[in-house]
Amino acid sequence: MSSEMSRVMNKGVGKPLNRGENRGISSAAKRIIVAAFSLMLSTAIFWIPFYFVIINSFKNQAESALMNMSWPKSFHILENYRDVLTAADHMLVRAFYNSMLLTVLSITVLIIVSAMAGFVLHRREGGRFSSFLNFLVLAGLMIPPAIVPTIWVLDSIGLFKTLAGITFVEVALHFPFAAILYKAFVATLPREIDESALIDGAGGGRLFFSIIFPLLKPVTSTIIVLESINVFNDFVNPLYFFPGSSNATVQLTLYNFMSRFTTSWNLLFADIVLISIPMLILFIFFNKKIVAGMTAGAIKG
Amino acid sequence: MTKLTIRTYSYLFLIPAFLIYFVFYLLPTVLSLFFSMTRWTLTDWNYIGFDNYVTFFSETALSIGFRNTLIYAVVTCGLKVILGLLLGAFLTSTVLFKNYLRSVIFFPTLLSTIAVGIAFSIMMHPSQGLINTSLAVFGIDGPDWLGNTKIALLSVALVDVWKGIGVATVIYIAGISAIPGEYYEALKIDGGSSMNAFRYITVPLSRPAMNSVIILSFIGGLRSFDLIWAMTKGGPGFTTDLIASIIYKQYQAGFYGLATAGNVILFVGVSLLAFPLYKYLTKSEVHL
Repeated sequence: MSSEMSRVMNKGVGKPLNRGENRGISSAAKRIIVAAFSLMLSTAIFWIPFYFVIINSFKNQAESALMNMSWPKSFHILENYRDVLTAADHMLVRAFYNSMLLTVLSITVLIIVSAMAGFVLHRREGGRFSSFLNFLVLAGLMIPPAIVPTIWVLDSIGLFKTLAGITFVEVALHFPFAAILYKAFVATLPREIDESALIDGAGGGRLFFSIIFPLLKPVTSTIIVLESINVFNDFVNPLYFFPGSSNATVQLTLYNFMSRFTTSWNLLFADIVLISIPMLILFIFFNKKIVAGMTAGAIKG
Repeated sequence: MTKLTIRTYSYLFLIPAFLIYFVFYLLPTVLSLFFSMTRWTLTDWNYIGFDNYVTFFSETALSIGFRNTLIYAVVTCGLKVILGLLLGAFLTSTVLFKNYLRSVIFFPTLLSTIAVGIAFSIMMHPSQGLINTSLAVFGIDGPDWLGNTKIALLSVALVDVWKGIGVATVIYIAGISAIPGEYYEALKIDGGSSMNAFRYITVPLSRPAMNSVIILSFIGGLRSFDLIWAMTKGGPGFTTDLIASIIYKQYQAGFYGLATAGNVILFVGVSLLAFPLYKYLTKSEVHL
């Protein structure tokens, strides 16, 4: 840079710099006002409902019936939470077991089958047959499942009201999303990896399970987190395909408790708090992952 | 190469996934076309042609569901698209506590819809509920959110937006972050204000994100069931019934053929609205 040029630039910058400093002060004030306002608004809109639910789960029945946010006159924390857990012959405990098992099983099967499918769907892209398969997968993202015929199919093969049955339904319904994420991710793995594996004598199975699948780890963890939330919080599918009190999942329990505890809001709120805890823990550990996965799925899908 | 492809990228790999997908999703979908034309008890059926469809469209209680479903989808989708954009732009700017605010907005996404529905239906109690007692402090006389037939559907839609805005915002954040900084610098050099930047750069260049939000929330809105079921069960009267809640009611009442006809109508409706929308949106996208 010539000295002439730098001189001109310095001269040019001289005055606006001053103005910039002034603007700097007022813009700092503006930033603080905006931040304070957004903190207040976010507290009112998002934190108060949480606070309301939690504080009322600590009250006794009469006090929770007032529906206000005041501090409890006496705390009934252990009592309320014990009551909810033991209600209807420990239904909630059984429901937690069912929901956890359903979530783990569905996600495990979903990951394995979708990763394999995503791999081949990408590597064979362009063929007429694989275009047809891709169309079928895309259709699954849009078209809502046909409910009663699914019950009929489950019933015909003896899987209606069974854990295996609902697991397969969850896998089938979440397969399109998972497969599309895997397919998009496989696209970022160079084919040279496949070729060198083949030269070293690996077959398709070896190539996928010992080389490709481990490389898919980032997208696998995204799917684990996102789909765990979906399956654990699912209400509709258990409602239709997994009825019966011994089968209840946590979402169904909450729904059943709504009529059982019509006047005991403290217990209803205790139930809400309990069933929200697992996903909150997940959120604390995988906050970044969830957001990354959300965006990857949305933009590429 | 073809032989190698067959051996390396064998279609056998697709069998587990497609077997499950076929048996538990595709097959029932195809079967629904037949069963929607029957009087059906799960063990036995009579073919009755299009009677179920005629019933569905002629009864006001059932057809009111169409109007509601469309209103619900348009309102929730519209609010998510607009509020999500504003929040997305706000949370990609240099605002303080950005990460905290992003987390807070995303938080409700993790909760179960049923839990959110129950909590809000209690907070929306007309006289005692938290929302109206808070409004009363400012001298505002809050409505009967879920009991007033004119606004009950909109009340549920607002809760839907409360729960779902996090996803929309995150998608916008990703889209806006992908816009090259040079565009903003160029505009600044030309003396454009931050309003100009929002209008002429952020809005047009976040179109891919916006399209994702539109499609996702519109389809989600059309298929909505659990929130309405937790909050109003379609009431008061049938004023908040959506197609999905009508399907459930028919199923509960044992009208399996009718419920299936409702299902077919829902998926034809979703396809007729969503596919052309998707085509239109992707065609009009601005490429970076």
